[in-house]
Amino acid sequence: MDSRLTQFDELAGADGRIRAPYRKLSRWLAETPPELLASRREQAELLFRRIGITFAVYGAQEATERLIPFDILPRILARSEWTTLEKGLIQRVAALNAFLADIYGAGEILKAGVVPADLVYRNPAYCPEMAGRRVPYDIFVHIAGVDIVRTDDQGFFVLEDNARTPSGVSYMLENREVMMRLFPELFALHRVAPIENYPDELLATLRSVAPPSVNSDPTIVLMTPGQYNSAFYEHSFLADKLGVELVEGRDLFVRDDVVYMRTTEGPRRVDVIYRRIDDDFLDPLCFRPDSALGVAGLMGAYHAGNVTLANAVGAGAADDKAMYTYMPDIIKFYLGEAPLLQNVPTFRCREDEALAYVLDHLEELVVKEVNGSGGYGMLVGPHASKAQIEEFRAKLKAHPQNFIAQPTLALSTCPIALASGVAPRHVDLRPFVLQGANGARVVPGGLTRVAMTEKSLVVNSSQGGGTKDTWVIDDAWVDEEAMGQA
Amino acid sequence: MLSRTADNLYWLARYMERADFLARAIQASRRLAALPKAYGGDETEWESVLLSSGAALAFESSGRPVNEANVVEFLTFAPENPGSIRNCLEHARSNARAVRTALTIEMWESINDAYLEMRALESRDGVPCAEELARFLEVIKLTSLTYDGGAYRTMLRNDAYWFSRVGLFIERADNTARLLDVKYHVLLPQKEVVGGSLDYFQWSAILRAVSAHTAYHWVYRTSMKPWLVADLLILRPEMPRSLISCYESIVRNLDDLARAHGRQGAAQRHARGVYGKLEKLTMESVFQGGLHEFVQSFIAENNRLGALISEQYLF
Repeated sequence: MDSRLTQFDELAGADGRIRAPYRKLSRWLAETPPELLASRREQAELLFRRIGITFAVYGAQEATERLIPFDILPRILARSEWTTLEKGLIQRVAALNAFLADIYGAGEILKAGVVPADLVYRNPAYCPEMAGRRVPYDIFVHIAGVDIVRTDDQGFFVLEDNARTPSGVSYMLENREVMMRLFPELFALHRVAPIENYPDELLATLRSVAPPSVNSDPTIVLMTPGQYNSAFYEHSFLADKLGVELVEGRDLFVRDDVVYMRTTEGPRRVDVIYRRIDDDFLDPLCFRPDSALGVAGLMGAYHAGNVTLANAVGAGAADDKAMYTYMPDIIKFYLGEAPLLQNVPTFRCREDEALAYVLDHLEELVVKEVNGSGGYGMLVGPHASKAQIEEFRAKLKAHPQNFIAQPTLALSTCPIALASGVAPRHVDLRPFVLQGANGARVVPGGLTRVAMTEKSLVVNSSQGGGTKDTWVIDDAWVDEEAMGQA
Repeated sequence: MLSRTADNLYWLARYMERADFLARAIQASRRLAALPKAYGGDETEWESVLLSSGAALAFESSGRPVNEANVVEFLTFAPENPGSIRNCLEHARSNARAVRTALTIEMWESINDAYLEMRALESRDGVPCAEELARFLEVIKLTSLTYDGGAYRTMLRNDAYWFSRVGLFIERADNTARLLDVKYHVLLPQKEVVGGSLDYFQWSAILRAVSAHTAYHWVYRTSMKPWLVADLLILRPEMPRSLISCYESIVRNLDDLARAHGRQGAAQRHARGVYGKLEKLTMESVFQGGLHEFVQSFIAENNRLGALISEQYLF
């Protein structure tokens, strides 16, 4: 039987036997009265609201500041599972970087015919201003969020690469802090790999990519679109943990191709900008002239090599959903290795044969817009109404190149604690990969996103998805426990 | 530090201080207005609260009659009054959110808690009852205490701290001066009447509005005299809301700032000038020149300092 069709629960396993990483949690759950879980859930909500960890929802008028639902049960990975995943993630990000340096440089992969040139050059995320430009250490993607799903005990699939300004890492860190306050007894029972060093690793990564001309301590800033941005909480949280200024465009200016920030002591030179603002808004002289968020002349300073932007301008050309389908070939082309993480099988609707198949099987497939993000502009065939399917059929026929389609995967489930008890819900995982001049780093775990509604597969926070803490625990402990059980 | 951050911190401190002053002024006035007419209890008390909080014009344009319920609602909850407590809190939180990284968690939580409390109160139907109102005013006073205490106990002593302090003391000096200005007619020396006065309860309300009722007795050890009330609020360095005490703090914090930046500027010079004048001042000369005139010129000098700070630190 195709394992993708059966539901795989990460606690219960395919055969209903509790999987090793979850044994202790499962026993603890059996012994814990439901009232205790209920009271910890309330405490968690209170903690999040007090700290002010909220995000803004576009289009929602009343609840402009909303809490992302948080589930109090951890998602657990064994160290051995994590090691495989980590290697695959580092490999993938290395390939993304090689690919970007190539398409903005010599274009070898296009000449070799591995990826169609028009797909790259006509991609709206391809940035012509970057053609022929080099970035420090040839790193375009310094921070990547790679969305991972699993469907069985064996492997992991990459669902999506996020090479622009991936968000969510503050939830990863805050979830852990809240969990440690709520469940000290569970942490004593498991040996959970720490993640609190993420800000230090991020800082080390950003320092390593400062322009080579900066010989003293580089000045690093985090650039936000401002407090009305949906991820503003994360921006301020990270700036605080990094100990760097949180700047808006109006705090910066460029003189003689050098970027400065306005401080109470006068202008201060800026060397590295961790920008959480899209390419289009960076510089009104170069991109959108109506952008009030950016800094006039920033691209001039960037091209002069006086400031490093992380991630680099134009990195989006690699994380597009159409490019995703070529990732296995891209990895082979640059690294000469087989991909360690699989892609979800994907139909490129731009190809006639694939399009015909997709149109015939819309009820079974997930159709995604190539340039969409955050779960907007997406059709989940099995859960869609007739009208929605017809709407997508028309869109597909009109602009097939704008879409890809994937089989509806039976995403793995994890237990979550609801008012009515413990129940399984679909999850994915977003680990954060850092790539600096001095190597790649991944803190163990990542952000687990949960579809809070029964049977739903949509985990995006903008669509009501929630999060939970993600634990990587040592196999030695798992084995010991298994032996104790035997 | 970023100029924008300094600006936000400065205004954040001012909004918090203003909210606290409004809460105290409303409480003191409710107490006074509840007295029989013969003791000074009068609806005109609400006009003077409107004046001292700078909301008189905005209230007038709302077209509502001046009475306790209307004025209290306007000063506390009215979204259309730019200086209402709820708007102060809203602005304070918005400033705080923009500069989260410059605040300690204790400071943020105290503002956010008060904000959430206010939102909970507002999300219910109908006008808040007297009990809810009283509770809300208490929450505001407590919030300014925890916020201020949080700042004092947890903030690094760097420019973020100094800008906050300067904002707080400029606002406080402004509030004290406005209160004096509205009540100056009851503070003039010729009003003394042996064995008590109709204005006695007015004086006591002034002291309560700046939480100095007990302090008065400790400082002067005599019965209430209007010129001593004025003296306490203008010239006594040990009274934390007096004009001179505010300026002593402003000068100190601006000097810390100048030392860290290695540069004295127009703001420091102006603040020292105002402080120096206050140090040489006597109550006799204040009354000779006119209390009202003195307070008016002080308010202008205080505003000038705010403008100089903006200029000097690129806000």
